[in-house]
Amino acid sequence: MSTINFDSIQIGDSLPPLTLPPVDRTMLALFAGASGDHNAIHIDTDYARRARVPDVFAHGMLSMAWLGRLLTSWVEQRQLRAFGVRFVGITQLGHVVTCTGKVTEKFEADGERRVRLEIQTVNQYGEPRVLGDAVIAL
Amino acid sequence: MAIDKQHIGMKLPVYSATADAWRLRFFAKAIGETNPVYFDEAAAHDAGYPALPLPPTFLFSLEFEQPSTAWREAIGIVSSRILHGEQSFTYHRMAYAGDVLRFESRIADIYDKKNGALWFIVRETRVTNQRGEHVADLRSVVVQR
Repeated sequence: MSTINFDSIQIGDSLPPLTLPPVDRTMLALFAGASGDHNAIHIDTDYARRARVPDVFAHGMLSMAWLGRLLTSWVEQRQLRAFGVRFVGITQLGHVVTCTGKVTEKFEADGERRVRLEIQTVNQYGEPRVLGDAVIAL
Repeated sequence: MAIDKQHIGMKLPVYSATADAWRLRFFAKAIGETNPVYFDEAAAHDAGYPALPLPPTFLFSLEFEQPSTAWREAIGIVSSRILHGEQSFTYHRMAYAGDVLRFESRIADIYDKKNGALWFIVRETRVTNQRGEHVADLRSVVVQR
């Protein structure tokens, strides 16, 4: 699958972006069941209002899973060495999330050639929601 | 609500969990996965995998399999007041459907910001497989408001 190699990669190169369908309640219900995160704040509007938020909102880990798809559609998962994020804003119902990544560093560690990627999700307003980085062996 | 810093270093009950293939297919559907390696055994085998691989974030899902969440209440976590602040994974080897994975977690740190308006609970987890091989390390930061 991967034709990406260390020598041809340049710092600043971008990964093919991944844009998801607008976040809806079905998506959150399915992700709650599949992910095992049954926190009612993501699936029950009545509960959300009692917790003083206007409505249910997306699990942070749903966005991280989408970032995982960004990475594993670029290289095979066995090349993934590290993957970390900060959740900097809530992804709300109706948000259209786009995942992007770019190469920020080329280096060697543990006898392998690796690249570091800066990754993020933004909504349709261009607001960052999840920021992070990943390390991939090439 | 304050979290007591005396819980720093607390070890959580060790447990084992397995990702079944049907659950991985359900997860793939839930995240809109299009790469058949994650939901079609034949494609996984063609890619050189012995079974469906656990996708990069799925080990976090297996942390919900912990036998008791009493520790959360014990240290003062209120589920309606928490947000996931950070999550990271360091990978040592792949894990697959059917692997028996062992989770060893500890509370690595507890700290507050804004004079106690926000509390941060850091949990670190070491995951090993049925052969005792190191699969991954997880680090999660939960924020309580």
